[in-house]
Amino acid sequence: MAGLTPSGQGNGSGYRRIVAPLLLPTWLMIGIFLVLPVLLMAIYSFLTKEFRGGVIWDFTLASYDQFFLNRGLFGDEPPVIEWTYITIFWRSIWQAAVATLICLAIGFPTAWFIATRPPRSRAIWLFLITIPYWVNLLIRTVSLKFLIRDNGPLNEPLMALGLITDPLPLVNTNLAVQLGLFYSYLPFMVLPIYAAVERYNFALSEAAADLYASRWVTLWEIVLPVVKPGIIAGCILVFVPSLGAFLAPDLLGGAKTFMIGSLIDEQFRGSQGNWPFGAAAAMILMTLVLIVLMFYARAQAREGAR
Amino acid sequence: MKGVRHYPGFLTMAVACLVILYAPLIVVTVYSFNASTSITTWGGFSWRWYGDVFTGPEAPRFKAAAWNSITIAVLAASAATTIAVAASLAMIRGGRFRGKSATFALINLPLMVPEIVTAVATLIFFSAIGLVTGYMTILIAHIVFCIPFAYLPITARLQGIEDSYEQAARDLYATQWQAFRLVLLPLMLPGVISGFLLAFIISLDDFIITNFVKGAGMETLPTAIFGSVKQGIKPNIMAISTMMLAVSVLFVTLSYLVNRIGQRTRS
Repeated sequence: MAGLTPSGQGNGSGYRRIVAPLLLPTWLMIGIFLVLPVLLMAIYSFLTKEFRGGVIWDFTLASYDQFFLNRGLFGDEPPVIEWTYITIFWRSIWQAAVATLICLAIGFPTAWFIATRPPRSRAIWLFLITIPYWVNLLIRTVSLKFLIRDNGPLNEPLMALGLITDPLPLVNTNLAVQLGLFYSYLPFMVLPIYAAVERYNFALSEAAADLYASRWVTLWEIVLPVVKPGIIAGCILVFVPSLGAFLAPDLLGGAKTFMIGSLIDEQFRGSQGNWPFGAAAAMILMTLVLIVLMFYARAQAREGAR
Repeated sequence: MKGVRHYPGFLTMAVACLVILYAPLIVVTVYSFNASTSITTWGGFSWRWYGDVFTGPEAPRFKAAAWNSITIAVLAASAATTIAVAASLAMIRGGRFRGKSATFALINLPLMVPEIVTAVATLIFFSAIGLVTGYMTILIAHIVFCIPFAYLPITARLQGIEDSYEQAARDLYATQWQAFRLVLLPLMLPGVISGFLLAFIISLDDFIITNFVKGAGMETLPTAIFGSVKQGIKPNIMAISTMMLAVSVLFVTLSYLVNRIGQRTRS
């Protein structure tokens, strides 16, 4: 008669005994439909391509070879470094980095401003900043394209006022892609910095001011080191999705702004595709992201140790 | 003294931030009411393009896409929420157990892997096991990436509920299932609802993964919109965009209000 014995303090209301069945659906869903697929993708990156967009189960390093090396048209010349794909990856890293810096430059003051409001208006500001994140990314990107195109609502009034004679060439430029990435992920920068500033002890700033430190010296020397974890988190949250972004480069950029996302996407389109090569490119992208995340984990561990 | 909290220019930046975030959305909303066929000139206010979405030449395509999007979002969000409730009970109330941190990493994995990588891996997996891409494959992929979004608010809520309520129920001879259904679940409800709403929006929004695993002939709203936009932005697309925007704003506001009410009942 288990019912007669009181359940007692701290036995977790009996959930301890059924941890495994409770977690089973999670393990199965993510294990089978995400972990397994990623492992399979790793294997596919070492297979041989078939011409109608499939694979032959012959293990080869051909995809990685094609990514990094150029052996001439017939594959019999001495290998030299193939710059095409490295350039695309480098461009993606660069675009993502610039977008992250723009987010930081605008996101930090915004987060600071919000965190120093009274609690009521703080909630409203936060709500306003987060709403766009929940609006469909495709729709946001299309809207941005509509706004900044040559005859769009941004250029037309400027031209009508005579401030510019030709439309600002925004669409299909690197700047447009950076703007798109910035626009896509800005809330990811603001929220973690806000959380850090909110916990900041303003007595430190007051002490610095009493010792005749200027506002900006205080910001640089006192505030920044304290809120650094929030800044790093924000940068990671913007940089990582920017790196593999597909919509912003595809819709706002032109041929010159081709990024990793489009490169991978292309490998799985119709009969022109090359699945093993696409899998290899995805593996390289994932490795890059893992390196960034590992740096982040180490930085966090160091913060925690202090 | 203006205080150490004040920095000149920060207000301007915050306002600029809002302007940048909202300007494109406002412009598209305004132009969706444009009577003119051209997207560049303003021809007066009209509901014309909203009518076009429902009765125009592209209407059947959009209707089918909207039906797919909504049913997939409802099913995926329901499944993900159920899975997330079970997982959060184990993670918060299950005490210490082996593999806890690994499970935590697993739940968050869909957030860590870049979307395009998930898309590629899922497509490869489905084609390798011979599953024909279509409605079912989209649904499975959506459930997976919705789990962490449902899990976060549910766990946050559950963490704030002491287990003394359930202890009391158990002491009064409630079975564990009764204690859960009649005591804990109602207390968790704000978190569960807000988790469901977030998962619903995330599913409705997804483009990249859906685009990979949808197969030929199958469309959701984002893929249908993307197909149209490739040939240029047309006014009917702006009308659809505005409607989707309204749905997103409505759902986020609901989720926010539910959370607020939840906080009030707790204190």
